[in-house]
Amino acid sequence: MSLQFVIDGLLTGSMIGLGAIGVTLTYSILRFSNFAHGDFMAWGTYATLAVVSAIGATFGKVAPIAPLSFGWPLLVALVVGMAFTALLALLLDRVLFSRLRSQGQAIIVVMASFGASMALRSLLEFTFTSRPTYFSRAIQIAMPVGFGIRITPDQIALLLLTAVLVLGVHLLMTRTQTGRAMQALSQNAALARIVGIDVASVVRVTWIIGGALACVAGVMIGILVQIRPFMGFDMLLPMFAAAILGGIGSIPGAVLGGLIIGLAEAGAVQLIGAEWRAAVSFIILMAVLFVRPIGLFGVRER
Amino acid sequence: MIDLIGYGAFFLTTALIFSLVTLGLNLQWGLTGLFNVGLAGFVAIGAYTSALLTTPDDAARLGGFGLPILVGWLGAMVVGGIAAALTGMATLRLRSDYLAITTFGVAVVVQLVALNAQKLTGGPFGIGFIPRPFGSLAEKPLLFNLSNLAVVAAVTLVAYLALEHLSRSPWGRVLKALREDERAAISLGKSARFYRVQAFAVGGAIMALAGALQAHFTGFIAPDNYLPILTFQVWVMLIVGGSGSNLGAVIGSILVWGIWAGSGTLTSVLFAPEQQARAASLQIVAIGVMLCIILLIRPNGLFGDRLLRPRLGKRAKVTTAKSSSGS
Repeated sequence: MSLQFVIDGLLTGSMIGLGAIGVTLTYSILRFSNFAHGDFMAWGTYATLAVVSAIGATFGKVAPIAPLSFGWPLLVALVVGMAFTALLALLLDRVLFSRLRSQGQAIIVVMASFGASMALRSLLEFTFTSRPTYFSRAIQIAMPVGFGIRITPDQIALLLLTAVLVLGVHLLMTRTQTGRAMQALSQNAALARIVGIDVASVVRVTWIIGGALACVAGVMIGILVQIRPFMGFDMLLPMFAAAILGGIGSIPGAVLGGLIIGLAEAGAVQLIGAEWRAAVSFIILMAVLFVRPIGLFGVRER
Repeated sequence: MIDLIGYGAFFLTTALIFSLVTLGLNLQWGLTGLFNVGLAGFVAIGAYTSALLTTPDDAARLGGFGLPILVGWLGAMVVGGIAAALTGMATLRLRSDYLAITTFGVAVVVQLVALNAQKLTGGPFGIGFIPRPFGSLAEKPLLFNLSNLAVVAAVTLVAYLALEHLSRSPWGRVLKALREDERAAISLGKSARFYRVQAFAVGGAIMALAGALQAHFTGFIAPDNYLPILTFQVWVMLIVGGSGSNLGAVIGSILVWGIWAGSGTLTSVLFAPEQQARAASLQIVAIGVMLCIILLIRPNGLFGDRLLRPRLGKRAKVTTAKSSSGS
């Protein structure tokens, strides 16, 4: 068995992990599993793609940065896309989720997110059709790095970007007042309100972080695989499995869970075949639910 | 005229098969409060089980056992019920969201098996030559459609009456009690998990039966019939009809299927053939928005009896007053 699956697994795992951060935050702070999270990914990616083409139309063809397949337009577009996805999440919360939350039935919110997911995804299909597109059609030469492993410059850059983002969110959660307020709200909502935490602003920050990271994860898929309206929906099960495996509410857990599932998927592709890939996260999910439902770093519910 | 009656019968047959799925979902969600986002998976399990049991022998895949259709339907219910019971046992001791995520996973896995386990399911090409009840009448489409409608209507009626009876029985009252106030029900000595697994299993069996009916009605099944869009349609049907009410489940299904089929015909008239796929996705957007709006402004649907859980002092009084006068 070739060790190449390690690189493939780490890359898939990064995409899953970045998405799972948003899932785990929504679940622990807003207390519902958001089935529309995958579609935030897809919307962010298409928004980024739209900005890239807009820049291309204004400035003409821009040469990519030395070994990478993309240039500064994609980086600018990514930032715009992240802001757009965060706004989309905030908007959806304003018109739908927050109203249902105030009615006090968590599971109705889950159902609404399922409906919103269908509508968002089909709207993408309507606008961009279901035909896959790409950021760049250029083919990159993979460099051998020993042990039979090959890696492209894009892949290295994206792994580094993931590491920086995860570290940033982790520091935000543990070292800043906002982060501590988020943790407080997830651990004990009633007590957090009593000590005067501004719940509305914590909810906003949660959606902004979740939306922005979903966009990055989507763009990673867009660069390394392809862009389709279903790209986010297909990531939903791995993201949920990663969030539960890592322990709901834990950021390092979500990332580690994502990496474990990514590696397991990549291993399964080599051993069994690519067609069974999607079953891996289900098997891991069931194993976690039977053996240790609070996950690796989870805390028991209060 | 004859064409119209034939089409009407065809439409109603499909709508009633949907009602059967919705009735199963109503038992799980409306009566018991269990959230199933993978019901397409259970429908598929029923369809494939019955197809395997009743089709003539096929060298390319397992079985084709050539058994009578009724055996196929019974088998579908048993396998669907067992699958639902296992899903329930794995997750019902945990938070309700975990059931949602797990059922979602079940649907994904069933879809994978349907696509890839060629020896069992025929892969992407599906299974054909599924025997149809009254297949000998296929020469006369009108009679054939009407007799199919009669069979499906009879099965739906039996399921409806059985569910009505169940929801009034002590068993159904325990489920409602668990839904409304779990702690109070448990303190009366009812095992929440045990009752919930039962309700989930019975609901799964009904969905599987609906899948089997559909398979024998069309005579051909393929993985594409059981995509997440099916789950979504049935949810909209139940929410429109009103969760908790069996009558609402049936009427909601017929209504939403009418809107769906009608808007489908409309788009096929209005749009050029190459634009049809895009128009179809717009249809889904409309239904998704409709679901969210109903949840926002009329969460009880047309006939629903589902109470909002008492939260604040004032509202709690109102709802308890309503529920005591209602029962």
